Amino acid sequence: MSEVNITKTIDARGSYCPGPLMELVKAIKRGQVGDVYELLSSDNGSAKDVPEWVNKMGHELVYCREEGDFWRIAVKKTK
Amino acid sequence: MTRRIIIVGGGVAGTMVANRLAKSLENEVYSGELEVVLIGNTGKHIYQPGFLFMAFNEGFLEQFAREEKYLLHPKVNFVMDAARHIDVDRKRVITGKQSFDYDFLVIATGSYPDMESVPGLAAGGHTFYTPEGAERLRHEILNFQGGTLLVTIDVPHKCPVAPLEFIFMADDYYRETGIRNKVKLKYTYPIGRVHSLEPVAKWAVKEFEKRGIEYEVFFNLEKVDPEKKIAYNMDGSEHPYDLLIAIPAHRGARVIQDSGLGDEDGFIPTDRYSLKMEGQDCVYVIGDATDLPVSKAGSTAHYEADVVVKNLISELKGLPATHRYNGKAFCFIETGLNEATYITFNYKQPPQPVPPSEMLHWFKLSYNEMYWLSARGIL
Ligand SMILES: Cc1cc2nc3c(=O)[nH]c(=O)nc-3n(C[C@H](O)[C@H](O)[C@H](O)COP(=O)(O)OP(=O)(O)OC[C@H]3O[C@@H](n4cnc5c(N)ncnc54)[C@H](O)[C@@H]3O)c2cc1C
Repeated sequence: MSEVNITKTIDARGSYCPGPLMELVKAIKRGQVGDVYELLSSDNGSAKDVPEWVNKMGHELVYCREEGDFWRIAVKKTK
Repeated sequence: MTRRIIIVGGGVAGTMVANRLAKSLENEVYSGELEVVLIGNTGKHIYQPGFLFMAFNEGFLEQFAREEKYLLHPKVNFVMDAARHIDVDRKRVITGKQSFDYDFLVIATGSYPDMESVPGLAAGGHTFYTPEGAERLRHEILNFQGGTLLVTIDVPHKCPVAPLEFIFMADDYYRETGIRNKVKLKYTYPIGRVHSLEPVAKWAVKEFEKRGIEYEVFFNLEKVDPEKKIAYNMDGSEHPYDLLIAIPAHRGARVIQDSGLGDEDGFIPTDRYSLKMEGQDCVYVIGDATDLPVSKAGSTAHYEADVVVKNLISELKGLPATHRYNGKAFCFIETGLNEATYITFNYKQPPQPVPPSEMLHWFKLSYNEMYWLSARGIL
């Protein structure tokens, strides 16, 4: 897990609208296959919303863990 | 010596800041101590919410446009020219014809919907987010005989409630013209609910169900086949349509990218409380041009303008810039052709729509007229 190469970290802590997931969607749409985006979110909803979106869209969830008062979530663009 | 504030962009944000500064510091601008320069690339000031009404034949562009020079305080020096390069190191803005040094800079260059952001979209889809787009779409909407009207939404985009207003207005419109039973209205959204704000999503879904509007979540438009009239979702599924209306991903103004000031989409990294460009002491960023995690909306620009003007005045008077923006936004939401609701929220407080009413609809229509007072810096 520590071997992951992060392409870009998106710090969306404190973000409310349009929300951390929207920031991630934006990055993935722009990115290249194989890129890994790490999202930092203080919104508890992200821990559920992000994996759900990733799963539906067919990308890969690398990790999703709580770290103090925020979540650290990494997603790999697979297509 | 004259001090100079340059504002780039004469839309909602730029015009408000220019007018309020000139008005608040009238002594200084009349005595020549201060010069307020507004650089704008168009002589027409357009009220963008009008596009929605144009699309449904409820108004024409002339109604929603004014000459910028007539909206401005007489002491604002309006330079009608495109900014080509913004040099924050040398504190200079270069236009096609001239070069201006500044003491303070306010960047208010807005954002634009990029129909090129998805392959096939420009040829196969419509948008009501530009004046030309709204005019083109009006023809389609008025001549539509039935079939599937598909709405797709990408991020980031301005006015997050306008797509909802659009679909509700379409529902009403086709009911009134008597062909609603032949029109399949389909609304899509990129994430797992129909709006990024949960309370708005919950409210909207109830409305969709009541009105028979279909919706699909987790819809991220990846490409469009304009010949076959098929929209493709990121998950590979195919969605045939007769009329495609897209709110595509927005980008910051070209000059921002050309000047190396923005992120990959052309939005400028901005301190969410002070509204200063990150790492720059003399540069404020306002309105759609920022990368702030707030809605890109005229009302946001309005509240931000209050903060920026107060801080500029403080700084000109040798005081620290202590005013802070709290993320406040306010949006009316048309829920049909005769009813509306509204939401208001900030960085900390979530929105909660109130029950729609005819009165709120009239408020929204009144604001369409009052807007010109806001732009003048009066309201
Ligand atoms: C259909 C629709 C409905 C909307 N409804 C609402 C609503 O109900 N409520 C609400 O609050 N908001 C609404 N909005 C959003 C609102 O209009 C925008 O968020 C707002 O205009 C942003 O203001 P701004 O000053 O940042 O940008 P703009 O108003 O877009 O102004 C930017 C200006 O900068 C100029 N410019 C760009 N590049 C240069 C350059 N290089 N040199 C000089 N000038 C330049 C542009 O020509 C433009 O005049 C709506 C928008 C649309 C499209």
